[in-house]
Amino acid sequence: MVNVLFFVLAGLAIACAVSCVYHKNPLYSAISLIGVLLSLACIYLTLAAPFIAIVQILVYAGAIMVLVVFVIMLLNLDEDKPLTRLRYLYPIGGALGVVLLAQTLFVFYAVTKAPHQASEQGNVIGQTMSIGTAMYTEYLLPVEIVGVLLLMAIVGAMIMSRRMREPNLELVEGSKEDGE
Amino acid sequence: MEPALGSYLALSGILFSIGAVGVIYKRNAIGMFMCIELMLNSVNLSFVAFSRHYGDVTGQLFVFVVMSVAAAEAAVGLGIIITFFRNRLSVDVDDASILKN
Repeated sequence: MVNVLFFVLAGLAIACAVSCVYHKNPLYSAISLIGVLLSLACIYLTLAAPFIAIVQILVYAGAIMVLVVFVIMLLNLDEDKPLTRLRYLYPIGGALGVVLLAQTLFVFYAVTKAPHQASEQGNVIGQTMSIGTAMYTEYLLPVEIVGVLLLMAIVGAMIMSRRMREPNLELVEGSKEDGE
Repeated sequence: MEPALGSYLALSGILFSIGAVGVIYKRNAIGMFMCIELMLNSVNLSFVAFSRHYGDVTGQLFVFVVMSVAAAEAAVGLGIIITFFRNRLSVDVDDASILKN
């Protein structure tokens, strides 16, 4: 049962990922990426990690992708223009993808061959309580560092998106202000 | 029966490769950003699979940290994209060439 579910969800995730890369329209890509995120959340549920699944839906599909879609709508992007001078990147990208896939699968194959101790804790590890206990006792320092990182990100985003002065487009030579 | 660890890791590797190829193919800054998110998610999947396999909660904590980093990256990255669009009226990464000369 779980096996069938996993293969259905894995196929859905791969199809959505390919569609995310394939589509030229950024809005279609964003919706495909949401499909990937939701199927990964379901896979986390089958892996007995309900906390991570909920956080995945809340943070990724809820917060980050809403922000991305909002920016796409705000900038009113049109479709990608066809490649002009970077045409040689297509074969390089394909070759790199194949090499990366082979390398990753080899490493993971080697890892699965390694001996391991059986999971004795069973289904307890994914529960919110065990994660919270580990987070605030054993891994307190990383959690604090993550807090500082988020604070820095908030301050940085505010500084970055604030309009300092009137944008001086004439400094940018060859930009697109001629066309408007 | 439950799928083996290798199945999850294979899915993770496939998603990571698709994301890496997408970063190269896309010329849109937002498209590249979304492909990076895809790569982060594939790594999260392998973390959770290992956490389940070894019965250790550390992997899920790392997933939590990766998600926080992704959220911070989204905030700062989209800020950069909006500022870039404001200056060049485009999000094409080929237009980001002021520092070249």
